[in-house]
Amino acid sequence: MTAAARLAITTIVSAGFFFSSCAERTGAKAPDGADKAGSRTVQVIGSDTMVNLVQAWAEAFGALHPELILSIRGGGSGAGLAALINGSCDVAMTSRPISEKETGEAEANGINPREWTVALDGLIVIVNPANPVSNVTLDQLRDIFLARVRDWSELGGNGGKIVILSRESSSGTYLFFKEHVLRRGNSKNKDEFSPEALLMPSSQAIVNEVSQNPHAVGYVGLGYLSPRLKALAVAKNPHSPYVAPSIAHVTDDSYPISRPLFYYTNGNPTGAAREFIEFALSPTGQEIVVKTDFVPMERP
Amino acid sequence: MKRLFDWIIERFIFLCGILAVIFVALIFLFLLREGVSFFGSYSPIKFVGGIYWYPTSDPPQFGIISLIVGSLFVTVLAACLAIPLGVATALFIAEIAPRWLKDVLKTVIELLAAIPSVVIGFIGMVTLVPLVRQALNLPTGLSAFSGALMLGFMALPTIVTISEDAIRTVPWSYKEGAIALGATRWQTMYRIILPAALPGILGAVMLGVGRVIGETMAVMMITGNAAHIPGSVFDPVRTMTATIAAEMGETVRGSPHYEALFAIGLVLFVITFIVNFTADTFLRKARR
Repeated sequence: MTAAARLAITTIVSAGFFFSSCAERTGAKAPDGADKAGSRTVQVIGSDTMVNLVQAWAEAFGALHPELILSIRGGGSGAGLAALINGSCDVAMTSRPISEKETGEAEANGINPREWTVALDGLIVIVNPANPVSNVTLDQLRDIFLARVRDWSELGGNGGKIVILSRESSSGTYLFFKEHVLRRGNSKNKDEFSPEALLMPSSQAIVNEVSQNPHAVGYVGLGYLSPRLKALAVAKNPHSPYVAPSIAHVTDDSYPISRPLFYYTNGNPTGAAREFIEFALSPTGQEIVVKTDFVPMERP
Repeated sequence: MKRLFDWIIERFIFLCGILAVIFVALIFLFLLREGVSFFGSYSPIKFVGGIYWYPTSDPPQFGIISLIVGSLFVTVLAACLAIPLGVATALFIAEIAPRWLKDVLKTVIELLAAIPSVVIGFIGMVTLVPLVRQALNLPTGLSAFSGALMLGFMALPTIVTISEDAIRTVPWSYKEGAIALGATRWQTMYRIILPAALPGILGAVMLGVGRVIGETMAVMMITGNAAHIPGSVFDPVRTMTATIAAEMGETVRGSPHYEALFAIGLVLFVITFIVNFTADTFLRKARR
């Protein structure tokens, strides 16, 4: 309880600390006092998708090191990297790699971004086991969820209207699927899920509907796979092979609807920040990855 | 001493009575404060008339017409199912059923009102939704129709109990007069009792409808939540209440999305206020 409460408090007040710690760090890199004060707190800013995961890490890590103040804030991968470039956070958490432009800005500011892959994120597209469709390309998936393809017969199925199941729009999974499958990571693309998509209150609700409805298709985290469902094998393009989702295929990057999740730091971090990152990569940290429905770096 | 005690009790009861008024006023003020600031940044016409609800996109779209239509579809259909059934049940209990059956029915119907809506929603999701899909050969059973079936079921106790009260208060002499003139039992009920009890029955119906339109948990689990103007009652719909419940947990306090949800709450409050006000007017007329 204490760890959680302290986290909550630091998350609230971190906006206030934001500017003070910024001044502290840019003003003095060498002096001992500042360095000591800096090493007792760890500021993590970035991807909303990762907030739950990093929060879970911070709670477990905070229980081991009650003297440390950990502050985790969302705002998006871009916001995290911007804070790192400005020297106002210790760790940026991002669900995309740093762009060339950001690397340039960082170097101009005397920051040397170092990348750490801390976990993987994979989504499966599920249908009812009675549905004969087993393979789709990414283009077909996009067309299904944009309702450009409306009938299963167009995909070699039995015929019948495709029932699109999605998560609620505030979900990180919804955003990832939209950005990665509907928009292909193109930020200028304004495609949205079809308004006909059924927004289900939880991943479990998607699983329930798919397991009893042969017309339904939905997307959930890898952890939800069960014999009541069939996960579609996905191909990046019409010429590449269809890859079935599994932890192994997410780990070796052959399954297309997956992405690595990163930490970025300025050079090699020291003190508490380094310990926090090492904790995330440790077997205990990677177990937490599994518990929060992400994919660990290697089999734990 | 006795007088002091009386005075204290009187004040206490007065406080309890006025408390409800204070609460309603405070809730309305809070809704107004959080909801109205939304219209500073988003036009009310685009809000009430917009078709698309994409609250987390960039730029966000907050059109609630599909949500209003969704709520109306479910409510009207549920009312169509619950009103005839409810009034007929009330007539049976008040006029036809023998004493022992009357007691059993009344108890069971009141028990029905005590089932939590999340339980009804869960039962509906697991049993009714697959059944509706298979029986009607629909793409999915998560539809306005399934939601209305479940909600009609939930509105039934309110409609039956209050209608039955209204029917029972029809003066005995009306019935004696009708039967003395040679009317059959059905003719008496249909021509004499129902018209006499009508204002009370309308009040019961309005209260039942108020319950349906404000219901959240069950509709969220059963209606499919597609923010899309439905083509028929067998399409999935998204209601205003389900939208608030599903999205409030993950919005940033003070963000446009958060304020938009309060604005929906405001619209909903106005609608239920109108429904309850109408019900109250009818009930008052019934007493006179």
